[in-house]
Amino acid sequence: MAKSHETEHPVKAFGLAATDSSGHLSPFQFSRRATGDEDVQFKVLYCGICHSDLHYLKNEWGISQYPLVPGHEIVGVVTEVGKKVEKVKVGDKVGVGCMVGSCRSCESCKDDLENYCPKIIPTYSAPYSDGTITYGGYSDIMVADEHFIVRIPENMPLDSAAPLLCAGITTYSPMRYFGLDKPGMHIGVVGLGGLGHVAVKFAKAFGAKVTVISTSPNKKEEALSNLGADSFLISKNDDEMQGAMGTMDGIVDTVSAYHPLMPLIGLLKAHGKLIMLGAPDKPLDLPIFPLLAGRKMISGSGIGGMKETQEMIDFAAKHNIKADIELISADYVNTALERLAKADVKYRFVIDVANTLKQA
Amino acid sequence: MAEFKQKAFGLAATDTSGVLSPFHFSRSTYHYVNVKINRDRENGDDDVTIKILYCGVCHSDLHSVKNDWGLTQYPIVPGHEISGVVTKIGNNVEKFKVGDRVGVGVLVNSCRTCDVCQQDLESYCPKMIFTYNSTDKDGTTTYGGYSDTVIVDQHFVLRFPENVPSDAGAPLLCAGITVYSPMKYYGMTEAGKHLGVAGLGGLGHVAVKLGKAFGLKVTVISTSPRKKEEAINKLGADAFVVSTDAADLTAATGTMDFIIDTIAAVHSLAPLLSLLKMNGKLVTVGLPDKPLDLPIFPLVSGRKMIGGSDFGGIKETQEMLDFCGKHGIAADIELIRADEINAAMERLAKSDVRYRFVIDIGNSISNL
Repeated sequence: MAKSHETEHPVKAFGLAATDSSGHLSPFQFSRRATGDEDVQFKVLYCGICHSDLHYLKNEWGISQYPLVPGHEIVGVVTEVGKKVEKVKVGDKVGVGCMVGSCRSCESCKDDLENYCPKIIPTYSAPYSDGTITYGGYSDIMVADEHFIVRIPENMPLDSAAPLLCAGITTYSPMRYFGLDKPGMHIGVVGLGGLGHVAVKFAKAFGAKVTVISTSPNKKEEALSNLGADSFLISKNDDEMQGAMGTMDGIVDTVSAYHPLMPLIGLLKAHGKLIMLGAPDKPLDLPIFPLLAGRKMISGSGIGGMKETQEMIDFAAKHNIKADIELISADYVNTALERLAKADVKYRFVIDVANTLKQA
Repeated sequence: MAEFKQKAFGLAATDTSGVLSPFHFSRSTYHYVNVKINRDRENGDDDVTIKILYCGVCHSDLHSVKNDWGLTQYPIVPGHEISGVVTKIGNNVEKFKVGDRVGVGVLVNSCRTCDVCQQDLESYCPKMIFTYNSTDKDGTTTYGGYSDTVIVDQHFVLRFPENVPSDAGAPLLCAGITVYSPMKYYGMTEAGKHLGVAGLGGLGHVAVKLGKAFGLKVTVISTSPRKKEEAINKLGADAFVVSTDAADLTAATGTMDFIIDTIAAVHSLAPLLSLLKMNGKLVTVGLPDKPLDLPIFPLVSGRKMIGGSDFGGIKETQEMLDFCGKHGIAADIELIRADEINAAMERLAKSDVRYRFVIDIGNSISNL
């Protein structure tokens, strides 16, 4: 007979779960595995709300396993470590991002690129190696293999660090890998949401000139005054876009809705690079002439490996880069998800788990 | 039409039927800005006059004579895979002497002063001037290599190495550089890596030969199973995948480090992307006339890349010719007479050629 969620593991846990594709979250009693020799258990303090959580809750990608406890921007304080754990000790501040397991032996894993491992285990809604389903950070307690834990430096505020574990690494990794991190470069950021606003901050820290490209004129002032962007283009304004043609070394595109690539390719200088981070569910039109005529390139990127996630956190701590968040209580989460669906947030919701996620 | 001292004779198309017929014209000698046109000069100070012996028939010639891209000015004399011998050199020319075997490719001029020109990347100059169907700096229209003579600024003339034949070497001037340049730029030259070549035509067959010379494992990806035997036995490819065969595709999934996509028609990118390993690169050099469908998910989940490349700068074109000379690489050609050009174009439209037509200009242009 199958064990219930409460009894399949020895450690009691409490969180928020959706039971079907309505995506509505409600209180959920479940359990976590005992802390193994290489595991780190921590009390969750904060968890960021990523747009992927919304996609999963509503089963938009067809892969959701219910009951589903989302959350892969998780930050907390260590409560127990396994015998072989050397990276952290009880009381340390730690985080977990989008993955909690990989095969550890393929080429990608050996290159510290666990995120490209074909056997990657996402932090939630995925089968774990012990046969149970993974549960994410909208919960009071978390346990993960040491390899997938990042240390959060002392001076980093924890609430605004949480979103870096997905939004941060997702923008940092490609800017490094594709060489879009050199001082003096001109980088475009398409879309000013959770990923976009962090991309602007990293690009500025790399010494780039940053132009935000958006459909929303009302984001302009904040982009320039608050986030430090150097300029702002409204993508539907043909004159503005024309004026910026051939000026950018790279563009980071965080928009997952269907949108035209041709104007973005036009904004690139010769040899420029367009990096897609949002994944629209239908193919986009790729015009070939502009790609060839300027020897330009389009690629994509998804999160990052553990080594570079730690590097990103350390970089953010050093340069005082934090996400701009709206801290919410656990009972606001369904409303927050509705607002997120309308992009009504500056720029990431973070659940104040420790203070507000309580059993009734 | 302007008249210059150096007369020329060739083949031109006069309308979108693309049918080529005999055409008398003359060669302009001035290729720089701010120089007055002197119609009595035969050859400018920086110019090289070339008696054309052979000219390759590139698929772009076919697109151009039919105005597929909407850019054609008629009458159009195509041809940008030109080989021949030097008959005159200008006062400033030191690189070449009369009698040298030389070639001219896709470009006859560029602005010479911008950033990319300074970096020997003339093919990315916004003011580049194509060998045919462009307006040159003196306002004249450029006419290409389906003709008996051409006059070109020495900077844009290539030297043919000893063992690159004039006939089979002509296609290297476009097909050769068009695949060589991106293979270098995108790092597809690491021995032992696995290269896929999509499309086995003029460009594709040269890419296979270059790939083998770089020490790569080469797999040809094609919709035509009948090309398999030649690909492996004659061109030296290691394997062959029929892209419309699901089993073939599945077996080759995630096995290639790079793919050079030479397919000129609109085609699906998704199967090609699936053949790439993680972080794999697909470089597209074919010129379909409509946008292609680009699925984004494989780019994000596999950090795969799609890049473009046009042809290449002059320095690199010379490097490519020298590389081909060193490795004994030339195109596989079907030599035709000038009066056979229209029939050849029809066959080219059906991809019925192994793998490039070359017009035997020297022996047949005057018989038209």
